[in-house]
Amino acid sequence: MSSGTLWAVVLAGSLGCYLLKLAGLSVPAAWVQRPWVTRVVEFVPAALLAALVAVQAVASGRDLVLDGRLVGLAVAALALALRAPFIVVLVLAGAAGALVHVLTG
Amino acid sequence: MPSDTRTATLRDAIGLGVAVGLYGVAFGAAAAGAGLSTWQAVTLSALMFTGASQFALVGVLGAGGGAFAAVGSALLLGTRNTVYGVRLAPMLTPRGLLRRAGAAHWVIDETTAMAVAAPDRELGRLAFWVTGATIYLGWNATTLIGSLGAAALGETAQAALDAIVPAAFLALLWPRLRRGAPEAAVQRRVALGGAAVALALTPFVPAGVQVVLAVVAVALAGRPRTAVTP
Repeated sequence: MSSGTLWAVVLAGSLGCYLLKLAGLSVPAAWVQRPWVTRVVEFVPAALLAALVAVQAVASGRDLVLDGRLVGLAVAALALALRAPFIVVLVLAGAAGALVHVLTG
Repeated sequence: MPSDTRTATLRDAIGLGVAVGLYGVAFGAAAAGAGLSTWQAVTLSALMFTGASQFALVGVLGAGGGAFAAVGSALLLGTRNTVYGVRLAPMLTPRGLLRRAGAAHWVIDETTAMAVAAPDRELGRLAFWVTGATIYLGWNATTLIGSLGAAALGETAQAALDAIVPAAFLALLWPRLRRGAPEAAVQRRVALGGAAVALALTPFVPAGVQVVLAVVAVALAGRPRTAVTP
């Protein structure tokens, strides 16, 4: 992707996200407080974040690849289950990824 | 107003701001890994300023996704802030276009949580503005550090970074799935569904598109099947 396209993505995404915020402070509450709207907004993050977790952990273009990323993810899940702070989770996941890279060359 | 509750609000707001600022290092590094320049990473943090959307945008780009998939997933996650704004509007009552435009920029997960948790309206406003200011400064500064740091990384450190990005998404997702979270069982089913659809579609669609399609599929699967009586 060219630098120009990247800038367009950055600016368009920023403008869109800002307008979504501004809309909340500006539109009549009744527009947004419909049951189906709040329902969708409640569950979109879980679906989207989980899809991103899966894709970032094993997808490489159109292939599924098992490498240090999945090991790092498993370590992160364990750390999160043990209620480790965010930064510790990331450091452990990164260390696991780096270790797998070194071991498998 | 008792000054100790005011001090407690200030302390909590600043503490949260500093903690959240640490995410910025991970974001800056992820942005660099996805091919964004330092200027582009910092521009995202300054102008988009909503962490999950920013991570989604660079995550899709990093996976080789196109412009529309990247912007689309950022916007899908950004819809949350619209609902927050509706909740905050009566508390903030921003007078005038400029005040409202300024307040809107800082309507995010953390400022909403702090404002809503405050004991009264005045402290809620204080919590909103102080949390917003602390996070804004910390988030942008640490984005810069993460982006510059990642540019200097070798191959092994790059492998570490590749493992950090999915872990960061999992850390963002985790609180929604934890026992005791509202409707945790449904959130877990939704999360599993989203991940399964995304992986199943990966071989067949351009990178990044599967993420958006997974959300659409899960939303359709969960639609009300019987007419809801008001």
